[in-house]
Amino acid sequence: MSLLDVQDLAVSLPLSLGLSGAFKPKTARRLEIFSDISFAVAAGETLGLVGESGSGKTTLARALLGLTPTQAGRITFDGRLRATQADFAQMRRTSAMMFQDAVASLSPRMTVGALLAEPLIIHGQAPRDLAAKVADMLHLVGLTADFAARYPHELSGGQARRVGVARALALNPKLVIADEPTAGLDVSVQGEILNLMRDLKTRLGLSYLIISHNLAMIRHVSDRIAVMYLGRLVEIGPTRAVFAQPLHPYAQSLIAAEPLPDPRKRRADLAISGEIPSLLHRPKGCVFQSRCPQAQALCRSDAPVLRALGPNRLVRCHFADPARLQED
Amino acid sequence: MPWPTSPRALKALLADPMGAMGLVLVSLFVIMALAAPILAPYDPLALNVRAKLQGLSWAHWLGTDQLGRDTLSRLIFGARTALSISVTATGIAGAIGLLLGLIAGYGPRWLDAVLVLVLDSVNALPMMMLALAIITVIGPGTFTLILVVVLVSIPSYARLIRAQTLSLRRAEFILAERAIGASTPRILLRHLLPNVLGPLVIVLSMDIPVVIMLEAGLSYLNLGVKPPMPSWGNVLYDGYTSIRTSPTLVIAAGAPLVLATLGFTFLGEGLRDALDPRLASTRPR
Repeated sequence: MSLLDVQDLAVSLPLSLGLSGAFKPKTARRLEIFSDISFAVAAGETLGLVGESGSGKTTLARALLGLTPTQAGRITFDGRLRATQADFAQMRRTSAMMFQDAVASLSPRMTVGALLAEPLIIHGQAPRDLAAKVADMLHLVGLTADFAARYPHELSGGQARRVGVARALALNPKLVIADEPTAGLDVSVQGEILNLMRDLKTRLGLSYLIISHNLAMIRHVSDRIAVMYLGRLVEIGPTRAVFAQPLHPYAQSLIAAEPLPDPRKRRADLAISGEIPSLLHRPKGCVFQSRCPQAQALCRSDAPVLRALGPNRLVRCHFADPARLQED
Repeated sequence: MPWPTSPRALKALLADPMGAMGLVLVSLFVIMALAAPILAPYDPLALNVRAKLQGLSWAHWLGTDQLGRDTLSRLIFGARTALSISVTATGIAGAIGLLLGLIAGYGPRWLDAVLVLVLDSVNALPMMMLALAIITVIGPGTFTLILVVVLVSIPSYARLIRAQTLSLRRAEFILAERAIGASTPRILLRHLLPNVLGPLVIVLSMDIPVVIMLEAGLSYLNLGVKPPMPSWGNVLYDGYTSIRTSPTLVIAAGAPLVLATLGFTFLGEGLRDALDPRLASTRPR
C-alpha cells in the first residue's frame, strides 16, 4: 500500500477581493489552480514532480500538508484519510516539508538551535538534553554544533538548506515534501544537498516528493516522475521509461528541450512555442492544446483523461500511443 | 530570546553616538523621575511667599515662582508626572494596538475589515477636538490625559502592526511554522510578535516625547494635570504669567522638555538600528 495517496485533488482560490469578497466568500468567483490530481507515493520511493513555473506544483505541495484548503479530492496518508485540520495536524508529525527559499523559511529572529528544537517541543518529543539532540541533528546534515547559535541571516544558502533538511527530519518523518530543494544553490552545493538527501533516505527509510522545474535534477533523484502542466498531471511513470520514451507531447517537448552535450541531437520538431497560458484563460478541451504540435479538433473540444498506457504509465492525451512511438 | 535585552543589541546601541546620547538623556530623565523626593531640595508644593519670583541663587538654583515654590524641585517632580503619564499612556496604547494589529493582520478577512473600519473612524476624529471633548465630559486630570492619549494613539499603532503582520503572514517562514505543526498562538507570539515589535518600540519611544508635549500643552492650558501638582506645563504657565519679572522660569521649564524630547527621539533612532540583527551585522564597526 502506498504511503501517500491522492485522489482527484482540486484547489481554487476566490478571485474577488475587498470588502464584498470578505463578507460573501461563497458567492465569489474562483480561480482554478489545479484539479483532477491523482497520484501515489509508495513507502521508500522518490516521486519527482516536474512542471513549468505557474503549473501549480507549489500549491499542490502546500495542499498535501493541509496548508492550503482544497475544494475537492481525498488525501490518504499512512493509511488514514486526511480531511480535517486535526487530521493534518496529526499528519505533520510524520511528514515534513522543505520550502523553496531556504533562508526565508527560517524564522529570522530565532537561532538555528531554537529552530531545530521547535518541532520537538511542539510535538512533545523534546529530550531532557535538548542541546545534545540539536547538535546530533546538525551533525546528521553535516554541520558543526556551533551552528546552533547562529541566526538564519548568518547562513549561506547551502547551510540554510542543510538546516532546512535537519528541521524536516526532526520528527523522523516518513514522507518529506521538498519544494525546489536545489533552488538558488551553486551546482556543486546542489550536488551536495542531493547526495545528503539520498544518503538520509537510505539511512532513515524516507519517501520523498521532490518538486522542481529542473529536469536533470529530477531525473537524477527520482524513481518515478509526474509531469504537471497548467494544473493537470499529464504523464506519470517510472523515470527511466518516461525519459526514454515520453508519451505526452508536453513531456516529449520538455525532455527534448533539455540541454544535451551534442548540439546535433536537439529535436527542433518537438519544441513548443509561447508562454504557459494564464490560469484566467484556461484553454478549452485539453489544457495543452494551445501549444501542442499535435493538437487536433478533438483536443479543442474534449479534455482527455489520465489513462494507463503500458506498465505503470499514465498519460493524459487523446493521441498518445506507445506502439506508434516505438517505430520512431 | 534574542530580543531587546540582548547584550548585542545594547552594544550596538551604545556604539552609535546618537543612540548612546539618547540612552544617557533618557536615563537621566528616568533617574530624575524615580529619585525625585531625594533629588529635590524643597517640597515642590511648599509655598514661601516671601521668597517669590527669585532669580538664580545658591538657595534656589533655578529660582522660585510667583508663590515662592522652588522651580528646580517642581521640575524634578514634573519629570515624574511627565514620565508616568507618557509611559503609562503609550504603554497601554501600544499593548492594545499590538493586539488589535496582530488580530487584524493574521485573523480572518472580515475581522480585519471591521477593525480597520473602526480604527479609521477613530483616526478621522481631529485629535485636539477629541481631547477637548473628553476633557469637557469627564473633566481635566491625569486619568483624562491618559485616556485621551490611549484613544488617539491606538489606531496608528494597530495600523503599523497590522501592516507588518500582513506582510509577514504569507512569509515562507510562517508557512514553515504551520507545516511543522506550530499552533496559531505560537506563531503569533513567537514568530510574528518578535518581528513586528521592533518598529513598534521605535514608534513608541518616538511618541513618548509627543505625549510629554501634549501633557505640557494641556497642562499649560489648565486642561491637563491639575495645578498644585507639579508638571512642566504648569511650571511653563506660571513662568509665562511672570515672564517680564522673572524670565528664568520659562527657560528653566522649557529646557527639560526639549532635552527629554531629544533624548527619546535619539533613543528611538538608535533602537531602530540596534534591534535589527540584519542591520547589526552590516554596520561598520
